[in-house]
Amino acid sequence: MSEAPAEMLPLAISGLVALSLTLAILATVWPRQAHRIGGYGAVLMAAAVVALSALFVAAGPEPESAATRVALGGWEAPLGVMLHLDGLSMTLLVLTGVVGLATSLYSLGYVHDPIERRQFWPLWLWLWAGLNMLLLSGDAFNLYISLEVVSLSAVALVAFTGTAAAVSGAMRYLLVNILGSLSFLMGVVLLFGEHGVLDLVLLEARTEIGPTERMAAVLMTAGLMLKAALFPLHVWLAPAHGSAPAPVSAVLSGLVVTGSFYLILRLWMGPFAPLATPAFGILVGLLGVAALVWGSAQALRSGRLKSIVAYSTVAQFGYLLIAFPLMLIESEAWKVVVFFAIVHALAKASVFLAAGTLQHAAGHDRVAEMGGVLRARGRTVFALGLAGVSLMGLPFTGGFIAKYLLLEAGLSTILAGSLIGVLWVIAIAGGGLLAAGYVLRMVAPAFHRGARDAGEAVSPWMDWVPLGLAVVAAAAGFAGTLTLHTLTLTPGAP
Amino acid sequence: MSDGGWLLLAILLSSLGPGLAIFFLPERRYGLRTLLNLGGAGTKLVLVGWLLLSVLRGDEYQLSIPLLPGIDFVLAADALSLLFATLSAVLWFVTTVYAIGYLEGSPRRSRFFGFFSLCVSATVGIALSGNLITLLIFYELLTLATWPLVVHRGTPAALRAGRLYLGYTLTSGLVLFTAIVWLTLLAGAEPFVPGGYLGELATTHETTLKVLFVMLMIGFGVKAALVPLHSWLPIAMVAPAPVSALLHAVAVVKAGAFGIVRVVNDVYGAEVAMELGLAAGLVVIAAITILYGSIQALRTDDLKQRLAFSTVSQVSYIVLGVALAGPLGVIGGLVHLVHQGITKITLFFCAGNFAETLGIHKISELDGVGRRMPLTMLAFTLGALGMIGLPPLAGFVTKWHLGLGALEAQFHWVLVVLIASSLLNAAYFLPPVIRGWLGERRTPWHEHLVEHSGPTRFETHWMLLVPTLFVAALSLLGGLLAGMSLSPLDWVTLIVERDYSIPGFAP
Repeated sequence: MSEAPAEMLPLAISGLVALSLTLAILATVWPRQAHRIGGYGAVLMAAAVVALSALFVAAGPEPESAATRVALGGWEAPLGVMLHLDGLSMTLLVLTGVVGLATSLYSLGYVHDPIERRQFWPLWLWLWAGLNMLLLSGDAFNLYISLEVVSLSAVALVAFTGTAAAVSGAMRYLLVNILGSLSFLMGVVLLFGEHGVLDLVLLEARTEIGPTERMAAVLMTAGLMLKAALFPLHVWLAPAHGSAPAPVSAVLSGLVVTGSFYLILRLWMGPFAPLATPAFGILVGLLGVAALVWGSAQALRSGRLKSIVAYSTVAQFGYLLIAFPLMLIESEAWKVVVFFAIVHALAKASVFLAAGTLQHAAGHDRVAEMGGVLRARGRTVFALGLAGVSLMGLPFTGGFIAKYLLLEAGLSTILAGSLIGVLWVIAIAGGGLLAAGYVLRMVAPAFHRGARDAGEAVSPWMDWVPLGLAVVAAAAGFAGTLTLHTLTLTPGAP
Repeated sequence: MSDGGWLLLAILLSSLGPGLAIFFLPERRYGLRTLLNLGGAGTKLVLVGWLLLSVLRGDEYQLSIPLLPGIDFVLAADALSLLFATLSAVLWFVTTVYAIGYLEGSPRRSRFFGFFSLCVSATVGIALSGNLITLLIFYELLTLATWPLVVHRGTPAALRAGRLYLGYTLTSGLVLFTAIVWLTLLAGAEPFVPGGYLGELATTHETTLKVLFVMLMIGFGVKAALVPLHSWLPIAMVAPAPVSALLHAVAVVKAGAFGIVRVVNDVYGAEVAMELGLAAGLVVIAAITILYGSIQALRTDDLKQRLAFSTVSQVSYIVLGVALAGPLGVIGGLVHLVHQGITKITLFFCAGNFAETLGIHKISELDGVGRRMPLTMLAFTLGALGMIGLPPLAGFVTKWHLGLGALEAQFHWVLVVLIASSLLNAAYFLPPVIRGWLGERRTPWHEHLVEHSGPTRFETHWMLLVPTLFVAALSLLGGLLAGMSLSPLDWVTLIVERDYSIPGFAP
């Protein structure tokens, strides 16, 4: 029964990569039509990803039969380029498809200047293609290349409005990315020098604990942490994400950061797994608590709508770090982390899109002066609130299920006898309260008494897409079982 | 899943669907909004009535949807859930009519009624929850849905009350969340069972269960306004009168009390709760709350605030009855879930009528109002006497059973608390009644409502008056007809007969 889907998988994987590259290239050579290519292409790509995921799940339930490795051009590793699809990359591909589709539709309304349109769409389609390749790459060098494609197009997207703030934000972002990429590349070179292979599966089989591996692990992880804005390497994030155009912020906070985190997870579950010690885990967890507290405090202090959202990304990524020590004790917890990252990405992207609509309508994003627009735009505020509820981890949303799983993992480490687990549980639970605080800062002005002023007109896309994505983020609460099932289709993972 | 599961879902959707639709209605669609509101409320009433009769026949309804591996979202209907569901369905209908009258001509009604319906959906969800996780989901949803109602007026005082409300409820919600995840890790996501499902763990994990019980009580106690977690409630009375009625009688406070009932009866079970000494602790907390709330009520001149402190005190009767952990005590506690609801909603409606019609907010301004608004004053009197527990009104039935339950459970000092509390009730409820009937007004009334919307046919707008008289009649009948079948007392006795596994009990 599961023969047929499994056989079609390699073709489907290559097809997806080909489709994303074709769209990017078409938009580049034909910039006048780029928005049409992007608009229709986004629908096509999302459909392709959904079809791929259906094939993938149908090829289960054994991880080995579903997970697929494709050798491009028939050259097997270590010589050739391998594409690699398993449960982890599949779920994140779906996430990328959903957020990508929403962002594209939103951008149809947001980017309307013909010249900006010609710049925006090719860059965005390259970014999307880069993300798809990142998730499908099976070897360290290819990962590096796709990471670069993602980073450079992201930098250009931050800068593309050309305002002073955007360019300075983009410059910082560029420097951070170059530093991060170099660090990552050095690690790759070290590993290649030691073992002579780049393929992650082969590397995993050959890794032993030695000074070279340690060094490579430090370099690669630090580089990725810088890119993922994980505490304490996060200082660049708020200016860059806060000053970028709304759809770009959504993609940066939702997908690009998650992509870097995916790589960290992939490396530490694969080649670097033997290097993780409990003490190291606790250190990472403490960084996570610091990120949670510091990011939330900044979000509670900031006076601008988009930087509140950007700092909330720093805070929410703290949970991912807190999950690291949990994974060392409860190895199953890695699925929880992925689910959390997915739910966060959906909610954060819709918050950013909603914030973009409000900013566009008001002409600025100073929270103190936005009351009139917030009162007049109930639909967008509702989207902001609904996605915000997901960030707080309250029902009926995906965030609630993710919070449930995190708490469960935290409590079971306590039951397993880990005292510091108490700290993780308090942080996981208390973080929701901090999130409630900053979400309330964004939503509460809508309930103040005062005049209403809808501000500038916005296109229907900008009106409805944030709400749609927020509903998806909430509905993710019902996707828990399916997501966890898909994640079990990852060979070699616990 | 049995076919009947769809009935439970339909009951939820009968308020959720109209609620969501109302959000998207423009402000001026008065007719359609009213149709949706009343249609939803009416449909729910019919469906709950149908369910009530089926459960009486002994049919079982259940709907379960997998949320996570091993954890289901379960809706189920037992006699106890029907008690709460029927109460909220009836009172929701009445409150909707009242709210339409109360908010006539005021801005942002679509938003108000949208959240109003969400709030009631969450309440009915709490009533129909089949396990702790489902209960938690609806409980938190209720927190979120009530906040916009509390801050509805948008004044600085309302926003401050809203912040305080969220601060209290979200914090306690997180404690509750942690406790429930912990309990689920230990015992699994079990459905509610009369007598509880922790019997085996009680011997091995005694300390953990005690800690968890305290956490659960903190979680539910904030909404049930147990002292010292009650401070939000008197401040939240800045909300419009229908919201106060909803908070105090139908939804929030009741949800907390209902959660405590579920935990004591259907998670821990009365026996385990007594063995671990948890029930006795709860009796003490409830007794303190009863006295403290009454004393605070005496000290305030603001009518709504006095009612709010009275709620603090009265809701703890429910907790007290359940914590007494004997059949008679439980009957007293559960029946008060209904009696306090209908009595307190009467009083809040009356307070709203006074405020809307004549701009009266303080007890000292009530002098002579009985002549200007005799029907409302009559309703207020019935409510007040019911709260005091004068026979044959509803409150008497409660206190009688609570007293018997206390004797049965050997808590003799509780009788003293009950008597003291009744005296205090009289001390703070009789002055407004006496002022209203016997006092004399020297200056002309400030005709607040007439100035705004023209003369009214009755003493106030009919949509304010009719619901008030209806609930007043209910609170009178609840006591008078307590012996009839399908009266609250009869239904509660049925619950105790069906679910209470204490040997030797014959009602």
